[in-house]
Amino acid sequence: MLTVLIAMFAVALVAPVLFSRLGRSAFFVLAAAPAAGFLWLLVRLPVVLSSDQGAGPGQPDAPPSVTVPWIPSLQLELAFRLDALAAVLCILILGVGALVLFYCARYFKSDDPDLGAFGAQLLAFAAAMFGLVLADDLILMFIFWELTTILSYLLIGYSRQRLSARRSALQALILTTFGGLAMLVGLVMIGQTAGTYRISEILAGAGALVAEGPLIDIAVALVLVGAITKSALVPFHFWLPGAMAAPTPVSAYLHAAAMVKAGVYLVARFAPGFGETEFWYPVILVLGMATILLGGWRALRQTDLKLVLAYGTVSQLGFLVMVVGLGGRDGAIAGLGLLLAHGFFKATLFLVVGVIDHHAGTRDLRVLSGVGAASPVLFAVALVAAGSMAGVPPLLGFVAKESVYEAFVHRAEDGLIGTLLLGGVVLGSVLTFAYSARFVRGCLRTEAGIPRTDFTPVRTSFLVAPAVLAAASVLFGVWPVPLDAVAQPYASLFPGDSAPPHLALWHGFTPALLLSAVTLAAGAALYLLRVPFERVQGRLPRVREAEVVYRSIIGVLDDVAVWITGRTQRGSLAFYLFIILSTAVITPLAALIIFEAPRPDAFRVADSPAQIIAAAVILVGILAALRSTKRFMAVLMVGITGYGMAIIYALHGAPDLALTQMLVETIVLVAFVLALRSLPARLWNREGSRHRLLRAGLGIAFGSIMAVIAMSAMASRNAAPISLAYPKLAYDDGGGANAVNVLLVDIRAWDTFGEITVLAIAATGIASLIFIRSRGDDRRRADGVEDGSVDRGQEPLDAGGRAGAARELAARFANVSRDPWLVAGRTLAPERRSIIFEVITRLLFHTMILLSVYLLIAGHNLPGGGFAGGLTAGLALAIRYLAGGRFELAEASPVSAGTLLGVGLAIVTLTAATPLFLGGAVLESYILEFWLPVFGDVKFVTSTIFDIGVYIIVVGLVLDVLRSLGSEIDQRSEDQQPVEEDLGADALVPPTVEGVQP
Amino acid sequence: MTVNITLIVLMAAFFAAGIYLLLERSLTRVLLGLILIGNGANILILAMSGGAGQSPLYVEGRPAEDYTDSLPQALILTAIVITFAVTAFMLGIIYRSWVLGREDAVQDDPEDRRVADQSSYDYEDDADIPADTSEFTAVDAGALGDAEATADIRDTRGADAVGGAASRNGGGAGRPDPTATQKRPGGEPR
Repeated sequence: MLTVLIAMFAVALVAPVLFSRLGRSAFFVLAAAPAAGFLWLLVRLPVVLSSDQGAGPGQPDAPPSVTVPWIPSLQLELAFRLDALAAVLCILILGVGALVLFYCARYFKSDDPDLGAFGAQLLAFAAAMFGLVLADDLILMFIFWELTTILSYLLIGYSRQRLSARRSALQALILTTFGGLAMLVGLVMIGQTAGTYRISEILAGAGALVAEGPLIDIAVALVLVGAITKSALVPFHFWLPGAMAAPTPVSAYLHAAAMVKAGVYLVARFAPGFGETEFWYPVILVLGMATILLGGWRALRQTDLKLVLAYGTVSQLGFLVMVVGLGGRDGAIAGLGLLLAHGFFKATLFLVVGVIDHHAGTRDLRVLSGVGAASPVLFAVALVAAGSMAGVPPLLGFVAKESVYEAFVHRAEDGLIGTLLLGGVVLGSVLTFAYSARFVRGCLRTEAGIPRTDFTPVRTSFLVAPAVLAAASVLFGVWPVPLDAVAQPYASLFPGDSAPPHLALWHGFTPALLLSAVTLAAGAALYLLRVPFERVQGRLPRVREAEVVYRSIIGVLDDVAVWITGRTQRGSLAFYLFIILSTAVITPLAALIIFEAPRPDAFRVADSPAQIIAAAVILVGILAALRSTKRFMAVLMVGITGYGMAIIYALHGAPDLALTQMLVETIVLVAFVLALRSLPARLWNREGSRHRLLRAGLGIAFGSIMAVIAMSAMASRNAAPISLAYPKLAYDDGGGANAVNVLLVDIRAWDTFGEITVLAIAATGIASLIFIRSRGDDRRRADGVEDGSVDRGQEPLDAGGRAGAARELAARFANVSRDPWLVAGRTLAPERRSIIFEVITRLLFHTMILLSVYLLIAGHNLPGGGFAGGLTAGLALAIRYLAGGRFELAEASPVSAGTLLGVGLAIVTLTAATPLFLGGAVLESYILEFWLPVFGDVKFVTSTIFDIGVYIIVVGLVLDVLRSLGSEIDQRSEDQQPVEEDLGADALVPPTVEGVQP
Repeated sequence: MTVNITLIVLMAAFFAAGIYLLLERSLTRVLLGLILIGNGANILILAMSGGAGQSPLYVEGRPAEDYTDSLPQALILTAIVITFAVTAFMLGIIYRSWVLGREDAVQDDPEDRRVADQSSYDYEDDADIPADTSEFTAVDAGALGDAEATADIRDTRGADAVGGAASRNGGGAGRPDPTATQKRPGGEPR
């Protein structure tokens, strides 16, 4: 069983390769797969039919089954079971499948580039269908169900350059998926209630399950929704005529023999057991009857042969669902008989239409003429199949219809509803006869008034498939015993004391025979009166078609979607933030009110008077930042709040924080000044005032809610903090007295690891934002740079005054031949130099670097550490840059920022990973104690190496900021500046005031 | 635990001012708002960790309760440095936005506006199609016709007239008209 299934999928998988080698003949290879499966089925059939159909899995005499565990925790199993019902479906799926694939080899052009994918999809569809009917697990069945939906979408949309194909494919997909989802809900409800998803077990215990009441009623109704969408019952019938945009072999297979039968299969599967639920009969009988009549009526209006068949199929599906869902042994036998008969004759007819379309170039029954005369074999095949459809003896269609009538005659004896049903069925059959005749006349007649259709001779191999199917209709009509044998075991699932009826050509003189005769006579009359009948049809007011309703529903959905998108996706960041923040205010507020948050009972104004003063300074800074209209003033005011924060930290007893905050604030100020120097001084404020009150209100609301949350959280605190143990833990196990630093590099080193990775990414991001094409890591040296060439002409030169005097002094200073204070100071334009700053830099730089190294090493026991050390070193570099320009910075950083980041990350990673090789945990630290000649006894903690990595990365980050926001922006604005010719003409003579004066 | 009112007020002020600035259009102010919010969050963590005390530098014999809480301090330290990295990154963005657009402002997304203004007419769903009566003869002609039609919808998607596509391109030109997008009624000019 599994072998057949897997083999079919496997052949589908390699199909594209076959097609590229063999062209369209590859369809023969593909057809071999289901054909082999069909032979396997015939071999297994005796075992299947003789087994006890109702037996659960594991019981003796149960039908053959295979179970492979899949996801045990979800109760999911790959459970397959081949019982009689599945076998009947398999006859159609494998038999008709093989013939249709065979037929495809003559239908398509060999040079069609999409053929490989198409063949694969068609065979995969057959495999999915096969899996669907074999599946003995609700979820597994659903998976195959959806697989057929998706493959059907692809197959309908085969000619994707046609709008009609694309639209029909999507429509079929949406509708059947909708039904499929409803079904999934129903299946899950059934599975959860039953406690198992094994279909055979559920059906065996169906009686108890149905007694559960409304839950199961609703679940079964949902499953029926899936069945009626798949089987194109009213009101979802319209996707099936639409799907005629598919290539005709696809229509023959999916929309006649196989896929639409999935819904019928589902009804048949659940009928013995769930047929008694609340919504079963209303849904099955009402919708079935409506579908029969609607399909038959519409079929009589169509002029496209394929659409005649499509509406005919709709009508027949109504029949099938109704009969199969009727319950009782007679219904079961009649249902399966009709299922097989319909599969045979409808597939034949579609294949015939395919041949006609292929050779005549049209399917319009108004212009076809002489086709039957041109190809007598085709004529015979079409006539037999149409006769079977119309229920003409001695064909299979007649046998099936007889038993259907018989089943309804029994129901009619019970009362009015049964009689109505019988009447409807007979009426439907009359319509069936009429549209069958319409089909035959349309495609096969030779009429004098119409020019003969150009019809080339049909190759024999093209006719094999329809001929075989037509032969089956004849053979099993005359000799229905084998089919009866296949159908009987399924009927045994229904309770009943009388022996089930048999499929037979001759039952004797029964009411059913009489009805058959009436049907034939009435159908013939309707056919003869077709001209007045069509006139009547045309005159009746047209009901709004379901497809139009569907399209207007989809249209409304579109409108609503556009409306909602338009209202919510305004494209304004401020708008989104406003919504998000409002939610962030309202949600906790509601929670606080509803759940009665704890209230704090102890308050104090402040920890110390100094704290109040610091807070007041910060508040002033905040207000000034809000009100300031100048860019740098606002930045400076925010900077003040930052320095205020440092004081707050210091007062709190957090020296590490105070130190870090102080350093960061300084570097941030430098970065701000560097980045924003080319922007206008005024804060441009186009819409600033428009929503000012709103923004202020939201801000205050947010601040207040945060205050309330904070106080409530503080009041809720009832456990001692875990950090009580940290100082001692840090000292004893981490080897450091500074608990904060040990936390960073040891106890919570993973956090730090993540953080410095972010730092490296941010540094790279800044460099890429400014350098754009690369990280700009190649080093520039000051050697070849002209004296005084950098930053020239960036400032207005005006004569006289203090500025003029200072510049003159600087020019003289630049020419002094003794050792310069800075390496690259000479490269800077004289008006940009500051003697005092250069001297101070010279004095400060090395001191600061030493200090940073001290902070790094001492950080384990005293305030400091890698972060503070790295920031101090970065600050030293910033001073070099500010004093000596970009070449000074390049000279001061012998290693590029990218290298620093890489080395830092490497060190950190190695420190993290090394303990693994020593049998420890990631990031574990060791305390090494040894003796060094000068230092004496040394206690070294390996987490210091981690801190060194942090230090290097922070230096790399600051260097990247200086290089990008400083050096590179310098370079760019200099490149844009039109340098006047006389400037810098003589490098050694500094530009004098006269030089630039006009 | 005792609530320190000064710190709470400070935190609320930071958040309120930060949000106010964050909702501005000027990118510089947005960045300043972010910094203020970051400071507010740090104060929040600090206030939650309890009152002032001895710095968490281990001294033999000192009771554990005397130290300030070291864990929040480690968190805040990380936050300070990350805020620095984010600030520098944002500065890079502001500079770039200024270089490219001479604008220091948060832009509205015109694509979103365009979506909001589009009509619900969709060629794929709503156009009328003639019935096919064969898969064979009409294939080439049909393919050509549909290809034209698909080219048309690219610029009429959002146009409200059913016949818009046909009338604009006169049925002959298979190539989309590049100016069509801008003529579209109600569309945002690019």
